[in-house]
Amino acid sequence: MTETGLSTLWVYLSASPLLGLIITLLAYIVSYRLYEAANRNPLLNPVALAMLILMALLFVTDTPYSTYFEGAQFVHFLLGPATVALAVPLYQQFSKLRALWPVILASILIGVFMATTSAVGIAWLLGGTPETLLSLAPKSVTTPVAMGISETIGGLPSLTAVMVVVTGILGAVFGTRIFDVMGIERDDVRGLAMGVAAHGIGTARAFQVSHQMGAFSGLAMALSAVATALLLPWLLGILGLVS
Amino acid sequence: MSFLIGITVLLCYQLIGEVLVLLSGIPVPGPVVGMVLLLLTLLVRGKSAESLDGASTSLLSHLSLLFVPAGVGAMLHFQRIGSEWLPISVALVVSTLLTLVITALVMRSLLRLRARGESAND
Repeated sequence: MTETGLSTLWVYLSASPLLGLIITLLAYIVSYRLYEAANRNPLLNPVALAMLILMALLFVTDTPYSTYFEGAQFVHFLLGPATVALAVPLYQQFSKLRALWPVILASILIGVFMATTSAVGIAWLLGGTPETLLSLAPKSVTTPVAMGISETIGGLPSLTAVMVVVTGILGAVFGTRIFDVMGIERDDVRGLAMGVAAHGIGTARAFQVSHQMGAFSGLAMALSAVATALLLPWLLGILGLVS
Repeated sequence: MSFLIGITVLLCYQLIGEVLVLLSGIPVPGPVVGMVLLLLTLLVRGKSAESLDGASTSLLSHLSLLFVPAGVGAMLHFQRIGSEWLPISVALVVSTLLTLVITALVMRSLLRLRARGESAND
């Protein structure tokens, strides 16, 4: 193929949403294979790896994020129905939830309080700007919910999405190690803490450990999403960050 | 066909959730309202459906993939992240670890309290 033929092809492909979609899937598949090849070493988190590959690719080809997102939005869109789908594992675990509900509810409320106030408090102490503080506040909640909350309270939804993903990766990478050091053995306790602190990415990790840990993590992620959406605007009002 | 029905049910609940949020102005994202409504439906019905179980399992088993496009959005914020890297990174790391530790400790102590209460009742 001639030089001009190649560049015409590139112009066509880079303008089509197909390319953004395919590179997202390919980057994730490659990252996941690497992660499995490394015996699921949490340090090789597939989300983090895929993000790095894609950012490098977009940087090298000088492609703006908006062009990439035209294709990647099809993957992003599925976060909505995936959030609704959490009702199913919640329903399956409902008998356990009912037996333990006061414990679960109290732990989640304290966890949500901890996740939001500590992030805002620490960033405030270290001189973060108001937009950054507000974008950080819902960081422990799953992306579509966190972006919605961020918009409601006046943060930057796309910055919040990044904070959420980094938080999830941190939880997935360090969660199980911390529980081992602390001597936390029960999978319901491990799962619940993982879901409150590290939402869907932590839940994906928890399902690899055991089904029970995954189910409790999914439960905690769903309930803390509801709790954060309801409590955060009020909490930030008390702190004087939103009117 | 089964997968199609399952995913359609999920999308319908999401739509109902979004519409309810728009109409009522409650500060909760639409998909969360949809999830709560679906849970209530399942509880009232007393059983789930194979199509719904299948669609949910396949969506949730690839959950981490769905976060990738939003994560790549970090490139839009390099400037802000660069100038506020200290508050952002310390807040993320310390707050996440603190949340993991405190939540696990709270739940463990509450479970112990409960177990003690139950054995005291015997």
